[in-house]
Amino acid sequence: MNLSQQHLSIATTCPYCGVGCGVKAVPQGPQSATVSGDVDHPSNFGRLCVKGAALGETLGLEGRLLHPQVRDDGQPGGTLRQVSWDEALDRAAGQWRAIVDEHGPDSVALYVSGQLLTEDYYVANKLMKGYVGSANIDTNSRLCMSSAVAGHKRAFGEDLVPVNYDDLENADMIVLVGSNLAWCHPILFQRIMRAKEARPDMKLVVIDPRRTATCELADLHLPVKPGTDVWLFNGLLAYLARGEAVDAAFIANHTRGLNDALASADITPEEVAKACRLPVEDVLAFYESFAATAKVITGFSMGVNQSSAGTDKVNAIINCHLVTGRIGKPGMGPFSITGQPNAMGGREVGGLANMLAAHLDLDKPEHRAAVQEFWHSPRIADKPGLKAVDLFQAIESGKVKAVWIIATNPMVSLPDADQVRRALSKAELVIASDVVRDTDTNAFAHVLLPALAWAEKDGTVTNSERRISRQRGFLPAPGEAKGDWQILCEFARRLGYDGFDFQHQSEIFAEHARLSAWRNAADALPRLFDIGALASLDRAGYDGLQPVQWPIGRRVFADHRFSFPDGRARFVPTVPRLPVNTAGGEYPLVLNTGRVRDQWHTMTRTGRAPKLAEHTPESFVDLHPQDALLCGVRDGELARISSQWGSMVARVRHGGGIARGSAFVPIHWNGQNASDARVGAVVNPVVDPVSGEPEFKHTPVMVERFPVQWHGFVLSRTPLDLDKVVYWTRAQGAGFTRYEMAGRNRIGDFGTWARELLGIADADADWLEYADRSAGVYRAVHIVDDRIAQCIFVSPRPDLPERAWLAGLFSTEALADAERAGVLAGRPLKQGADTGPTVCSCFGVGRNTICNAIRDKDLKTTAEVTACVKAGGNCGSCVPEIRQLLAQMRVPA
Amino acid sequence: MKPALVVIGNGMAGMRTVEELLALAPDLYDITVFGAEPHGNYNRILLSPVLAGEKSVDDIMLNTRDWYEANGIALHAGDPVVHIDRRRRIVRSQSGHEVGYDRLLIATGSKPFIIPVPGHELPGVLAFRDIADVESMLSAAHDHRHAVVIGGGLLGLEAANGLLKQGMEVTVVHVTDALMNQQLDKPAAQLLQRALEARGLKFMLEAQTAGIVGPDRVTAVRFKDGTEIPADLVVMTAGVRPNIELAKSAGLHCERAIVVDDTLQSYDPRVYAVGECVQHRRATFGLVAPIWEQAKVCAAHLAGAGHRRYVQQASPTRLKVTGIELYSVGDFIGAEGSEDLVLRDARRGVYKRLVLDGPCLVGAVLYGDVQDGPWYFDLIQRGADISAMRHQLLFGPALAA
Repeated sequence: MNLSQQHLSIATTCPYCGVGCGVKAVPQGPQSATVSGDVDHPSNFGRLCVKGAALGETLGLEGRLLHPQVRDDGQPGGTLRQVSWDEALDRAAGQWRAIVDEHGPDSVALYVSGQLLTEDYYVANKLMKGYVGSANIDTNSRLCMSSAVAGHKRAFGEDLVPVNYDDLENADMIVLVGSNLAWCHPILFQRIMRAKEARPDMKLVVIDPRRTATCELADLHLPVKPGTDVWLFNGLLAYLARGEAVDAAFIANHTRGLNDALASADITPEEVAKACRLPVEDVLAFYESFAATAKVITGFSMGVNQSSAGTDKVNAIINCHLVTGRIGKPGMGPFSITGQPNAMGGREVGGLANMLAAHLDLDKPEHRAAVQEFWHSPRIADKPGLKAVDLFQAIESGKVKAVWIIATNPMVSLPDADQVRRALSKAELVIASDVVRDTDTNAFAHVLLPALAWAEKDGTVTNSERRISRQRGFLPAPGEAKGDWQILCEFARRLGYDGFDFQHQSEIFAEHARLSAWRNAADALPRLFDIGALASLDRAGYDGLQPVQWPIGRRVFADHRFSFPDGRARFVPTVPRLPVNTAGGEYPLVLNTGRVRDQWHTMTRTGRAPKLAEHTPESFVDLHPQDALLCGVRDGELARISSQWGSMVARVRHGGGIARGSAFVPIHWNGQNASDARVGAVVNPVVDPVSGEPEFKHTPVMVERFPVQWHGFVLSRTPLDLDKVVYWTRAQGAGFTRYEMAGRNRIGDFGTWARELLGIADADADWLEYADRSAGVYRAVHIVDDRIAQCIFVSPRPDLPERAWLAGLFSTEALADAERAGVLAGRPLKQGADTGPTVCSCFGVGRNTICNAIRDKDLKTTAEVTACVKAGGNCGSCVPEIRQLLAQMRVPA
Repeated sequence: MKPALVVIGNGMAGMRTVEELLALAPDLYDITVFGAEPHGNYNRILLSPVLAGEKSVDDIMLNTRDWYEANGIALHAGDPVVHIDRRRRIVRSQSGHEVGYDRLLIATGSKPFIIPVPGHELPGVLAFRDIADVESMLSAAHDHRHAVVIGGGLLGLEAANGLLKQGMEVTVVHVTDALMNQQLDKPAAQLLQRALEARGLKFMLEAQTAGIVGPDRVTAVRFKDGTEIPADLVVMTAGVRPNIELAKSAGLHCERAIVVDDTLQSYDPRVYAVGECVQHRRATFGLVAPIWEQAKVCAAHLAGAGHRRYVQQASPTRLKVTGIELYSVGDFIGAEGSEDLVLRDARRGVYKRLVLDGPCLVGAVLYGDVQDGPWYFDLIQRGADISAMRHQLLFGPALAA
């Protein structure tokens, strides 16, 4: 790197999970940049996970929405017309205004996203609650951490996360509940991993129905029966209250309600073991270590939050920390780990339907008055708005007639997603602001507004430890795209509202900071969230802002003062209850959903990086082999997963981590990259009564065979039209697109069929083929100028060759004779060169390479594997898998 | 005094049998050999490279006159046997020479089939069978320009290629719509035709020769549809007929050829026969591999070590045209219920087809890349069950192992 490039290095933050890692980006021309970890950022100290490290691969403009568009015919999927910003906004604002005038402010809604920057979020919230006059603004954070918010408010009187990242390094015991940290928050997991390497006595307990990659490092894994966490933590509370770990002084001086909580937690370890389907000795081992370890952190994530008892689960956990006084001190506390980059920022500005702004409450008149006064706004919402699931039901029922969806894709992410389809087709006005042109949701938009993407937008985000970081744009705005706050402000001005004359995002931040300090005094409306000190930042100060954690310069609850007027924390009685819909009868399995290691949300960004597609190129349903047998499905074949609400199709996999009675499907796939893999369509629309967070982790389903005539895959430099193929999934490769397919049609003449599918009209095309007609096996490769252009492999069974070697040929300038001879075999004709499925995405190291090295060189540790074949040496996300391989290879063959 | 063995035919089949016999029982017989051609024994298969100028006649000699002398064999080259007297156990040659036998081995081979169209006896009309034919063709190539080869089988194509190499303009006339239809399926035949066309050969398929035209030497070939093409040389390669007149006249049982049993013995227990002139079960023979096997079996019986039986086996074919790789073995068309595996790489000029019958490989046609031919041949011969490696089979032994 030369000196001038060094000067261009821009510090920003990663747009994926809630860890909020610092990233250094060096622009390389208008649409590309090299990306590395920011060694000065206190979240990650220079490390990045595989997704963050691949950010540079996601910056191209293919598929970007670059100009405002309107859909004149109003039909879903109908033709879009490019228009000017003025025309688009006039139309959006005009129709919005007409609807509000006729049906009142509650007939419109905003549905926003934890992907927004704090400034965008602030403006959206201000617009709805202070000017439109409705609290109908909800966010996809509802699907993610609203149970944690509700739990915090019930226990602490304010939405506060009382743990810092460096507490993880100081803890003697970490309990992870419903969190596959190794895959979903890899940098935090690595901080724990390194701490544990330095201090092997440090304990890690993982509570998760699945045996995830996180469990590879655990001293104890408790595979609880899905939905039974409250039993487990109630049992722990009862156990702690009986023993010596109880902190009587803390309870007496700083809490209320222990007795009520204990009354609802009257359960013995034996009963817990039975309810949670765990061995009683494991339950006791967990309870004993928890009791014996003062410095304990209980980290929790979606496995806790996404439940019809999510808020109770959060409080059951917090209760255990309160009864032992393990809060507000280094190395301990309950720790909500958020899923989105700026879910926390959204919480600070109050961007949810049941919040106001700056940790002020919608249901308190004095809070409402304070905010309205601060804003000088014409009105203020005075009752909670519709939460995500209710909102889309209200759209379907016609109560809400206009919705503006910003930076999110509810057609994919909401439960009962087919209901969302019905709702959006019915809405009078759907506005969508997005960076991507084609999404399942945008197909329903009447007005499409191009927003700035990660590399271009500029503002602040807050991570899981309440650290505010600047996200800085480093690439020019493409096309006519604008920042979300700009779009919102222009829209607001068209509605005739003042208060939106911001010239720069720093002005919004300053107003937001001022609001956090507004009337924030012990004798007025005290909140711990106070960043008033940052309100005086000028533009240069804002631009240069270094990561800063609030409360500034102090630890949350260090003084044991909580945010209720009496300063005491609350024990919340949590009566255990089963998930709303239990498995049985027609729907015997419990569907769990979650992420895979190398993808993010609906894959609009991560899906573009070839490196990230290799780990899991296709959606799957992970089942216990015995359940698979009962359902009549087999590993590698396709299955339909159906619930009462909807269905999807995915490939059956036996990952080895699933207990009997459960099934797991990843959340990422959608109508843009798969024929029928939206798990949202299957998930039950049941929500937690307090937080409104949907129960994504517990839907009764049935799994049955999805019969097909043939399985196949295509790797192609040019995109294919797969309308006629009953099952397909698309994944981005390096220089090609990969399609996994299956069909129900009987193929007569394979050659003609394949050429038509691949769009080859030239009869003299360089076309290699292999046919075993009676066995239904067909393979063909299309070569252009000595380079592989396309290949197709078809078989009646999913016994197709590995894609890795063929994929590698797409980067070859000219095929060597030996390679050409091997293409139809799908592997080099010389033995031994097949590296197997990718394990380490960073260095592209395959499973076979690793296994061979372990065997040949007798490797014993992951460090030795890394030293030998590099795998695991960069982001470390694959270390658990390497550990597994090491364990497997130890078993004598 | 030793028993006498008389061999009629100084070709590859007869002499291989003698060689095998000498290896088993060097001093058992007084051996006398009669041959029609005035040479020692040579490798007839290699006449094509001689015609193409890639080899000389000396290169293809198998047994020189010295060899006969050294092994005490009386050789009458250029003096064919014209009569067998089985009662007296005597053979008489064209020159009137009579030799008595205790055992007689007939290895008279075959003779080319000359299509009996008008003009077939004109000068300039040749077969492609022996050194004399090659010499005539070489001299015609020196003096003339237009050659027509009638018969697009293995031999015809080799002849055509040789003549082309000798500078002639060559047209191959073939009666069916695909070349080498005895050994190739249509796709392979088309690839072959394209490759040969690229070298300058011309082809007329589905063409029926009506006559050979010329006043005192051939000048043209006429077809049934009336068209004519100029020809200064016509080579007939439309198949061969077993050479059995002598055996027939001796009263030996013949059908299409001399009928022999599994020991290569004719209906007269003193008379054996090997090579292209025999019929074993329903089959006659043209390729070298089964004939080598016959020689081995026959020699064993002549040596008195009579434990071998001749068993028919598929034999592979290769075309000896430099630069064209072609391999065909077994049942390459397939019967009802058989299955096939096909690989095509037109740009690289590769075509492979394997024919399966149940779990066994029964035939293979390889074009362009023939290196796995022997492996397939082995699988066919062994009757190996290939079902487990069916999907790797076409990619060769490295993947299937």
